[in-house]
Amino acid sequence: MATNEFTRAAYQQGLGEHRLMGSRCLRCGSVYLPPRGLCRACHSDEMEWVELNGVGKLLALTTIHIAPTAMLYAGYGRENPYCAGIVRLEDGPAISAQILGVDASHPEAVPLGTPCRVEYVERPAGEGVQTFLAFRLE
Amino acid sequence: MNRPIKNSRKLSRDVAIVGAGMSKFGAFPGISSRDLFLDAFQEMRLSVDRGFDPREIEALYIGNFSSDIFEGQGHTAAILADWTGLTPRPATRVEDACASSGVALRQGILAVASGLYDIVLVGGIEKMTDMPTSQVTDALATASDTLYEVPAGFTFPGFYAAMATAYMHAYGASVESFMRVGLKNHENGALNEKAQFGATIRQVMDKKIAGALAKGRPAPQWEDELAFLKDERANPVIAWPMRLFDCSPISDGATALLLVSAEIARNFSEAPLYVVGSGQASDAALHDRDTLTALCSAQLAAREAYQMAGVSARDIKIAEVHDCFTIAEIIATEDLGFFPAGQGYRAAEEGLTSRQGSKPVNTSGGLKSKGHPVGASGAGQVVEVWKQMRGEAGARQVAGTLDLALTHNVGGTGQTSVVHIFERR
Repeated sequence: MATNEFTRAAYQQGLGEHRLMGSRCLRCGSVYLPPRGLCRACHSDEMEWVELNGVGKLLALTTIHIAPTAMLYAGYGRENPYCAGIVRLEDGPAISAQILGVDASHPEAVPLGTPCRVEYVERPAGEGVQTFLAFRLE
Repeated sequence: MNRPIKNSRKLSRDVAIVGAGMSKFGAFPGISSRDLFLDAFQEMRLSVDRGFDPREIEALYIGNFSSDIFEGQGHTAAILADWTGLTPRPATRVEDACASSGVALRQGILAVASGLYDIVLVGGIEKMTDMPTSQVTDALATASDTLYEVPAGFTFPGFYAAMATAYMHAYGASVESFMRVGLKNHENGALNEKAQFGATIRQVMDKKIAGALAKGRPAPQWEDELAFLKDERANPVIAWPMRLFDCSPISDGATALLLVSAEIARNFSEAPLYVVGSGQASDAALHDRDTLTALCSAQLAAREAYQMAGVSARDIKIAEVHDCFTIAEIIATEDLGFFPAGQGYRAAEEGLTSRQGSKPVNTSGGLKSKGHPVGASGAGQVVEVWKQMRGEAGARQVAGTLDLALTHNVGGTGQTSVVHIFERR
């Protein structure tokens, strides 16, 4: 067991429960998504869990036509491209995620800065299915 | 408690490059990285003007990203020491993704500067083409954050494409701006016999037309190179807005450099390259940065190198920069201070980075045209400045006195950047 509780496994458990869980430094207030056990700003390890509201704005966007194997298994690829992007959350952090609600043949129609909201998607992972973070444009 | 951080660093003693060589870059089915490294090693030996005995080499630093995945072979540095007849000398593999051999060079420099060794071999290897593209994509993705970036569906073309959209949004660049970089690098690579794609875009077009006619099909019609690059069938999207000709290829290749302490450099070479600046920095995952339109690690590495060298961006005559994607070259020319933030794309459009321009960039063809065997690329950049600064670059030789040159090598999306500055005296 890791002595810190702000692990990948704990974060993934939150996604499975459709909760976006980050961590907040009790000393300086910095908020992290994904959660981390050591504050990058002040090096304190006194952290607490914080549930983020999942509302943000699109910082960058791409449509991916040549997909990695995990996304090929999920049915994406040259004939069915998907979007990935970076979203800046109201709560502070920015995060990489699949972006939903974009016409993949016209990504240029989406202005950066467009508001978006968290959504949880199920995709194949290893033997089973796993919950992944996504955002849908509003 | 507040101890000052050094704002200017110096090497304990000076270091020089006295030999440089590379294999051809390309796709070589069945040829292993160690075989390619022998080509690089032998060419490096021939480049040492006054000759040397390989047994004089005291240590090896080998850049290699992932022979483990690509070739099923870890622990590659010791194998290369053996294959070059250099055991039992210490051989160290250096891994910082696509910056592996740029960082291996820095480790070699530090080892000589420390006084521990006088003569060090720096190398780089990667053998990528024996795998299907999707698996290569997966292997490269391990250079990003596999826990928190890869699950978003990001690929490396995707990361740089995301930076490209942020850059376009911030500064008004268009996809044509990126295409200009690819056109220029293919012009340069066509003059480099070691390049994977030794062809201009015009030559690529002519070949496609000839191929269609040979098959009895109607010849495709393109008004000019830009029309070709905008044709979805000729130049498909990999990750919008990055298309095929915006992306460096999957490559095999190897590179080798010989480093010695400056006081003995003239015993080896009539025209050594002195290492006057070296800088390196790290950064977080792409989404965890304050900006998506610059690489802070590259800016910091450049600042460290410029301060060490006591020179500024305007003093640099030529540069090899990490154009894994066309957007990356534009951002690099800004991070290095060649052009102000947001002006790099205009400089590319105006031809300022061409061989005839005020700041020639990637005269080798860059990673785009020369090829990008990732662990070999950083040292490969030094092979080009070695040739250019010594007037040995043949048809692509840049005119004038090239007394200062720079190399800029990036790992991942800038989690690592390493910059070196070389001087001819």
